Amino acid sequence: MDTAVPSRKLRLATTSLAGCFGCHMSFLDIDERLLELVERVDFDRSPLTDIKTCGPCDIGLIEGGVCNAENIHVLRDFRRHCKVLIAIGACAVNGGLPAQRNHLDLGLCLQEVYLTAPGNVGRQIPNDPELPLPLDKVHPIHEVVRIDYFIPGCPPAGDAIWKFLTDLLEGRTPRLGHPLLHFD
Amino acid sequence: MTDEGIETRRVEKLLLPILDGHRRDAGRLVQILRQAQEALGYLPAAALTVIARAVDLPRARVEGVAGFYSFFHQNPVGHYRVLFSDNITDRMLGSAELIDRLCNKLWIERGKVSEDGLVSVDTTSCTGMCDQGPALLVNGRALTRLSAERVDRISELIRGQVPLADWPPDYFVVADNIRRRDALLNTQWPAGEALQAAIARGAEAMLSEMKLSNLRGRGGAGFTTHIKWESARRATCRHEPAARYVVCNADEGEPGTFKDRVLLSNYADLLFDGMSVAGITIGAQQGLVYLRGEYAYLLPALRANLERRRQSGLLGPALCGHPDLAFDIDIHLGAGAYVCGEETALLESLEGKRGVPRVRPPFPVSEGYLGQPTVVNNVETLCKAALIAVHGGAWFAGLGTKQSTGSKLLSISGDVESPGIYEYPFGVSVAQVLNDCGAGNAQAVQVSGPSGNCLAMHEFSRHIAFEDVPTAGAFMVFGAHRDMFEVARNFAHFFAHESCGFCTPCRVGTSLVANCMDKIANGLGSQYDIGEIFKIHRLLHAASHCGLGQAACNPLFDTLNKFRPAYERRLRSLDFEPAFDLDQALASARQMTGRDDPAAHFGLAARVTGVEP
Repeated sequence: MDTAVPSRKLRLATTSLAGCFGCHMSFLDIDERLLELVERVDFDRSPLTDIKTCGPCDIGLIEGGVCNAENIHVLRDFRRHCKVLIAIGACAVNGGLPAQRNHLDLGLCLQEVYLTAPGNVGRQIPNDPELPLPLDKVHPIHEVVRIDYFIPGCPPAGDAIWKFLTDLLEGRTPRLGHPLLHFD
Repeated sequence: MTDEGIETRRVEKLLLPILDGHRRDAGRLVQILRQAQEALGYLPAAALTVIARAVDLPRARVEGVAGFYSFFHQNPVGHYRVLFSDNITDRMLGSAELIDRLCNKLWIERGKVSEDGLVSVDTTSCTGMCDQGPALLVNGRALTRLSAERVDRISELIRGQVPLADWPPDYFVVADNIRRRDALLNTQWPAGEALQAAIARGAEAMLSEMKLSNLRGRGGAGFTTHIKWESARRATCRHEPAARYVVCNADEGEPGTFKDRVLLSNYADLLFDGMSVAGITIGAQQGLVYLRGEYAYLLPALRANLERRRQSGLLGPALCGHPDLAFDIDIHLGAGAYVCGEETALLESLEGKRGVPRVRPPFPVSEGYLGQPTVVNNVETLCKAALIAVHGGAWFAGLGTKQSTGSKLLSISGDVESPGIYEYPFGVSVAQVLNDCGAGNAQAVQVSGPSGNCLAMHEFSRHIAFEDVPTAGAFMVFGAHRDMFEVARNFAHFFAHESCGFCTPCRVGTSLVANCMDKIANGLGSQYDIGEIFKIHRLLHAASHCGLGQAACNPLFDTLNKFRPAYERRLRSLDFEPAFDLDQALASARQMTGRDDPAAHFGLAARVTGVEP
């Protein structure tokens, strides 16, 4: 019986929903280890490849929460195609900064921004079908699809992301101890 | 002078006698706040300022304490504050319909004060009247055996602004419902009998009898009582002047438990004897009873009893005529916080603070009330100690089982013919108890309340004893027609409400679990959510600061293992469903933009057009 870890290259997809791409920037902070990573994984849909649709993948990394209809379509697409789906960063995990709008009424917000604010009187709220409609509240992604792992942090450090991914690739349950995971 | 200044002056004048009555002692802050609220109807900002100044505490500390207890209000709650007991047994007796009925009659919304400031109606955790529910508290007074007629009459009394003192007295009758008596409940001694027996034995001999009896605590944890007593007696007092304390835990908050209520109303002398016995045995001169706020109606009788004992020399200096002995007892009232049943949280509350459990060790026997050696015992435990003082330890050890000596009071409620108090020697089988109380068609028994065990039919041959099924006394029976999922959901909300908020696993975890249960109840759950409950259960068990968090998922864990179909039949899918309606979440934006195209929808409409598979 072969007890070695299978050497097949894994497929990795990443995307940012209601996020700031800060987690992706942090991902790039793994620096030259990125070369080591591409030895072991192929990138599918990701800002790094500019591939626009997600194919069958082993790992999906999602940055950002869910704030509009398009986010939900993308997130569901990732869930359908990725064996393991990971929420990365404070927005994906908890809603983060965009969720600050949750205590405001969406209708009043749109009205204020597009109709009643100085200089906007008489205009209309954008209604082009190409624009995704905003949800009434911003949700963390685990409230919309099943999520397998969470990497907290705003953003998580490059080292934390590296540790997490290498754990995953080598078959260990990912574990971020101190100081990669800390609350101060 | 500013309006604020005038208000402060007015409040100050009302509060001065209360503050002086408590010697402006910060350690009595909870008691001061209780009385201040009685005088003012609620605790306005000015009152907190006045109190903080008088007891010389930062105002934030005082507000922190006022904010901790659910019976303290910093906003007006109405001239009549109606709180329905929300235990599952009350619900099984139809409390939800009665709440709606009362709200309709009064033209108010649940949880909101009527516009004229007359009344508010809300729910509170179990009030300890499960054998005669549905029950409620109105301005802290307990009403039992509610019915539609009673609720209608209550709405008339409130609208007519009839003072509580003029309400029909039978509304306030609390029946004892003692159904089976054994060693403890058969006892009818004159006050002081046990105390004199203990004095005759002497402290060391009394301790030996306690050791011989192998009495274990009746509040749930089952710690051996003589070890507590002996440790407190031998512990060094860390503060001058040296003092030791006996504290009686009468904060009977575990839903489904009401045995202490019956002991406090009928066996108070036995309890006070037990406390005095503990006092002279460990060398304490002061005893404190921490009485749960829900039982405030017992206070006048208990105080009168203490006064009687003082006059007959059973309390105070020169106890029973012995100039070298002295012991007195004071009663503190809680203010609606289940967590204060935990002994160190109780001590914090006794010291006038928020009821947050302490880090142990040090244990109360070495550093308890005011940092001094303290024995904290349950009401029933202290009554048992009184029996041992008279009959001796060997007699007591002859009752019950090897590791669970003596008898146990069970508070039986739910789907039974005769709810009430049943006293059995330890070792009795669950089936025997069910048979005695007339539980014809039981599918489950929740033993020892939500934090205890849920037993299914195949376990009814098990025995009530520390060796098998330990209990603090609650015994809630669920007939075959009951939905065990709803039972567990009620308990999940109970823990989320009662978490003290100090540690994150419990504060957040109990709410996550309650949300999960609501999601499943709304038909939006999946196997994933059940997996989440198990995950949170493990986390709470391992990471919570005290027993509340550690036990919070027990009823879910038990029912998921024994009544899983009650959960599964509510699940929407085997994968995952969001707890909110995606299409509805776009409704506001649709309305504001006037859009109705396929991309502006999720669900059926979108599916037809092929946008969303």
